[in-house]
Amino acid sequence: MQAAMISRAKELLQGGQVQRVLGWKTGEFVYDITPAVFQSVEELEAEFVYNDFCGNNLSKYLIKESRQPGKVLVFLKPCDTYSFNQLVKEHRILRDNVYVIGVPCEGKTDGETLKAAGVRGILGLQAQGDRFLVETLYGSQELEKAQALPERCQNCKSKKHVAYDELMGEEGQVLQSGRFDMVEKLEAMTPDERFNFWRGELSRCIRCNACRNVCPACSCEKCVFDNDNSGVAQKAAANSFEENMFHIIRAFHVAGRCTDCGECSRVCPQNIPLHLLNRKFIKDIDTFYGDYQAGEDTESRAPLTNYTEGDVEPSIVYQRGGN
Amino acid sequence: MQRIGVFVCWCGSNIAGTVDVKAVSEALGREPGVVYSINYQYMCSEAGQNLVKDAIRDQKLTGVVICSCSPRMHEATFRKAAASAGLNPYMVEIANIREQCSWIHKDMATATEKAIILGRAAIAKVQLNAPLTAGESPVTKRALVIGGGIAGIQTALDVAEAGFEVDIVEKEPTIGGKMTQLDKTFPTLDCAACILTPKMVDCAQNENITIFSYSEVQEVKGFVGNFRVKIKKKARYVDETKCTGCGLCTEKCPQKKVPNAFNLGLDTRRAIYIPFAQAVPKVATIDPDYCNMLKNGKCGVCAKVCTAGAINYQQQDEIIEREYGAIVVATGYNPIKLDNFEEYAYSQSPDVVTSLEFERLTNAAGPTSGTLLRPSDGKHPHTIVFVQCVGSRDTSGCGKPYCSKICCMYTAKHAMLTREKYPDTDVYVFYIDVRTPGKNFDEFYRRAVEEYGVHYIKGMVGKVTPRADGKLSVQASDLISNEQLHIDADLVVLAAAIEPDKTARSLGTMLTASMDTNDFFTEAHPKLRPVESPTAGIFLSGVCQGPKDIPETVSQAGAAAAKVIGLLAKNKLTCNPCVAHSDEWMCNGCSSCEKVCPYGAITYLDKEFRMPDRTVAIRRVASVNEAVCQGCGACTVACPSGAMDLKGFSNRQIMAEVDAICKE
Repeated sequence: MQAAMISRAKELLQGGQVQRVLGWKTGEFVYDITPAVFQSVEELEAEFVYNDFCGNNLSKYLIKESRQPGKVLVFLKPCDTYSFNQLVKEHRILRDNVYVIGVPCEGKTDGETLKAAGVRGILGLQAQGDRFLVETLYGSQELEKAQALPERCQNCKSKKHVAYDELMGEEGQVLQSGRFDMVEKLEAMTPDERFNFWRGELSRCIRCNACRNVCPACSCEKCVFDNDNSGVAQKAAANSFEENMFHIIRAFHVAGRCTDCGECSRVCPQNIPLHLLNRKFIKDIDTFYGDYQAGEDTESRAPLTNYTEGDVEPSIVYQRGGN
Repeated sequence: MQRIGVFVCWCGSNIAGTVDVKAVSEALGREPGVVYSINYQYMCSEAGQNLVKDAIRDQKLTGVVICSCSPRMHEATFRKAAASAGLNPYMVEIANIREQCSWIHKDMATATEKAIILGRAAIAKVQLNAPLTAGESPVTKRALVIGGGIAGIQTALDVAEAGFEVDIVEKEPTIGGKMTQLDKTFPTLDCAACILTPKMVDCAQNENITIFSYSEVQEVKGFVGNFRVKIKKKARYVDETKCTGCGLCTEKCPQKKVPNAFNLGLDTRRAIYIPFAQAVPKVATIDPDYCNMLKNGKCGVCAKVCTAGAINYQQQDEIIEREYGAIVVATGYNPIKLDNFEEYAYSQSPDVVTSLEFERLTNAAGPTSGTLLRPSDGKHPHTIVFVQCVGSRDTSGCGKPYCSKICCMYTAKHAMLTREKYPDTDVYVFYIDVRTPGKNFDEFYRRAVEEYGVHYIKGMVGKVTPRADGKLSVQASDLISNEQLHIDADLVVLAAAIEPDKTARSLGTMLTASMDTNDFFTEAHPKLRPVESPTAGIFLSGVCQGPKDIPETVSQAGAAAAKVIGLLAKNKLTCNPCVAHSDEWMCNGCSSCEKVCPYGAITYLDKEFRMPDRTVAIRRVASVNEAVCQGCGACTVACPSGAMDLKGFSNRQIMAEVDAICKE
């Protein structure tokens, strides 16, 4: 796939249809993939990669890239296209300046997940059906994908591209996933248990802001946490409880716009399952206002910024015993 | 730093009875920024207002906090007082220590503590207040009346009489409403049609009144003085401008088996119909559910017989957009469905009827031409049982918890008229209480009992059983003599509770007018503003606000008209300066605010910005039309970056209030 992508990108670049290519390149380690902009054929040939570590969602980078002169080519995996649509809907990405090629994805792993599965000294990775063949300093090692894929890929919500100008490979389907199972477990807890669960998880937060910086929905011109006048900027500093509020406020800010791409949990250096906060919102929105997938299209109105007579009354919270 | 004055009101004993007002004014006097703090018996009195004015001048106050009743009550009063003393009126904040404190607490210590906290929040807010200046908006000098029953008709006539244009939107093919179906009206027993139909004709003839019959309100936008309304004029398949109302088509139409809604299904009509002889407008309507031509293209008789060429099978629904300064809701009522009251056998026997059906059975224009006959066999009933409170005052959940108010009187009327016309009938009325407050009402009821010999029995009917011989076996209890009764009745009449028309709920949503749990529209103040909705520019007329009889409806309709006239007489309305504005540097251009704005006040512009790095960028940013914005604040909540803010209720001010309340 990588070779085909490079060849197509070269074609478009040389043909003048696009001026830049947004893709991935490898960092210090093989599993350290970073997003990168390629200006020339030479750069592409030298550094462009597409492998099973390319989990990064490139959509957010288009906010800036689509405002540069000329047209940018971007490769988007199915789940990235949801973020892309959502940002187009919010007028953040200038659609006309982007050429989207949808690329297939069978799940992307990362260094953290492999390390957690007991793999050390990773040198390379190859997918073989439902298994990964990991090449390490200590020889090859085989892992089942179920073990070696992060939670977001195990519970993949869709292999379908909801936006593209051109598609490489076969078009997939929207999938039935168990992505709300853990939310249901949390809902079944008593308020005290749940509070303690989140206090425990969030206590590890070091406020590195990685979750915010990677989140496609967190793309404000000026983030409220960086704005002294917002009244919540200091919410992160007053005491440990208020610090936890950072994530709660962030979850509220992206509610109804979060596509559940899972980047927040991927980048968290402390392994906080941040995506569960967003999934709770998504599940509630589905329950209260009918199934809604943010980013599924660029036209439909989002339940939280739309009013219909069928909407639930706020008293539902009381009826559900505060859940 | 502001120089803030705090004024704590006793409200007689309303506040001072539960809150230690002296302690409150002392405590708040120590708050940062407060230079003056005082308490007084009635701050809203002239002497009280003078205290405020004098302090503004003498103490050079830049901000004022009044700890008193709800701002709904006296905010305007104190703003005016401040303005007259030279302070910007929007530098006044009210801490509600009455409704939100003294009235709901019993313990003085805790109530005092809470009053101090509420005062602190208001002080924290006023610290961040900025002077605001109100603009003006024009008034469209036309009113919309939704519902063409007696309430809507009376309001429309009164407003039109004052010289303003009025549109009536009525969902039925004719105006007139429920009153057209009644026979006689209590307590004077004049014929409903005789007093109503001249008013209907007046409406049609008044050059200020436009009637949109067979029409519904589809969308309401805008605000007081400037509503924009979409009215759906449903296709009646008859050209209103051509139809002369001759009625020939309604005689020739071969589809004869259509249940006649006007007679509550007691007889049938044709597929093309005029509801009744005095309908306004007197124009035929085709019922698309029954018309053969519309259903399968086979017939066309009405078009053939119509000499005016008024029939148009191709007619489509039409959307009319009109502007209004005021909207009057007069959507009326319906009797409840009796599905929950199977014990009365309403669905099992045609001889168990509702009171409204009884009206039709005794009406000269009804299915029996006014002769009281049993629906089952057309025979004269000799024993009639009236059951009151069917679904009214019912807290079991089957019916309505409220009193429908009109049933006691119309039942007395039915009983009396039956005895008057048919002295050979035995008439029983079962009641919980007989409620007759109203001019000449109790006298009317006593006449039924004393002069006409109607048997009034305190107690409820437990069960009605249709028998094979056609009789209805009525089981009931007499609570006064404490015995069980069995009556063999020929006819049972149920005084079904009334409920607001089903369209009221969706209309309330469109108008953002609040409703109670029974779907009656809420008035702005139950005593002092009974015909106004809390939503500015929306007025209430008739039963949509609560159960009423005709005299009361007509007086309320007139009152609503007076309020409408008062509004339309103004050339300009003072706008609310507490409107939204967008910080363009923070705006993402995401359109969230535009989507939630109920007034269409937000548009987007592509604007050129000189960025901090000296480049020039074109950015999409929100722009608020201040004349259209009503300051509801929906946009400020939807805005992800906090670029959208509300003047006078900024995010910072609200956070300051919250912090002041939570501060230990």
